[in-house]
Amino acid sequence: MADSPIGESLFASLLAPDDAALDRLRSRLALAAAADGLLDVAYRTIDSPIGGLLLAATEEGLVRVAFESEGFDFVLDELGRQLGSRVLRAPARLDAAASELEEYFAGRRRDFDLPLDLALTSGFRRDVVAHLPDIAYGSTASYAAVAELAGSPRATRAVGTACARNPLPLVMPCHRVVRSDGSLGQYRGGEAAKRWLLALEQG
Amino acid sequence: MRAPFDDLVTRHGPAILRVCRAVVGWSDAEDVWSETFLAALRAYPDLPDGANVEAWLVTIAKRKGIDALRAGARRALPVETVPDRGIRDPEPDAELQTALAELTPRQREVIAYHVLGGLPYAEVAEIVGGTAAAARRAAADGLARLRRIYAAADSDLWEAHRG
Repeated sequence: MADSPIGESLFASLLAPDDAALDRLRSRLALAAAADGLLDVAYRTIDSPIGGLLLAATEEGLVRVAFESEGFDFVLDELGRQLGSRVLRAPARLDAAASELEEYFAGRRRDFDLPLDLALTSGFRRDVVAHLPDIAYGSTASYAAVAELAGSPRATRAVGTACARNPLPLVMPCHRVVRSDGSLGQYRGGEAAKRWLLALEQG
Repeated sequence: MRAPFDDLVTRHGPAILRVCRAVVGWSDAEDVWSETFLAALRAYPDLPDGANVEAWLVTIAKRKGIDALRAGARRALPVETVPDRGIRDPEPDAELQTALAELTPRQREVIAYHVLGGLPYAEVAEIVGGTAAAARRAAADGLARLRRIYAAADSDLWEAHRG
């Protein structure tokens, strides 16, 4: 633009930011992309009592819940690499997940009833994640107990890893897995968040 | 590594909207923008690594703009009643849109891609054909013509005030 001194003032109307139009265009693109089956990953962010959350879904279902502390840009890059680069902010596909989480945080929901996509976990870790909903709302289980649930009683350490890498925290309740001595143990969303969630569930 | 497509929308969405508004006019710009990004999303996995993304998007927008103008020409049949204005957002600068419409398509494109899209003349030349120097000349000619159109409009206004 350096050699176009009249550009700035002459084109002021075109150069002015138009966020309203761009928001409108983004929504329209997300709808058209979903209709044409062109969305590898749809995502949106929501606020929660334990901080911002990113929700991402494939056509199959909810595939990732991420905490703000993980860095949303980093998470989106990773999702693009793992699931395909056609990643768009497309809130509609995540409306159900967002409202169920909102009910959960308000203490009005104990179980999630959402289509899930476990594509980001495999093998033993996937078995562990799949068994997490067996731990009832309001209760906890030790890493050893979960190892038993998943069919490998001696794999306590591997259960720890599986929980730490759970792609669907909150929905697959790894926060209910604690140490045998009763201490909380690690949590992807931080120890304070884990404590908050257990307190919520224990009313 | 391929960035998530959403990054492209954030980074290049505003520039492509400016380009569309300048080239096809304010009222068709959003349709062309939407067609452009949908086509880009479709082709994104095949985009060569290291490609200039902005130039790629402008190239698609150019093609979609031509499609829209053709469709517009087909649509522009005489109608009995003039539809109400105000369904779409108002054009913030009708004078500029009118002035841009008086340029040659090439002048309009070169100005849009360089001044509003921020592409260097070498990239602009790749898209519109010819050399970078020729693209630069077309832009200079176009800007000079815009200046003349504006100067004439100002003096008309001056005459109107005096009269």
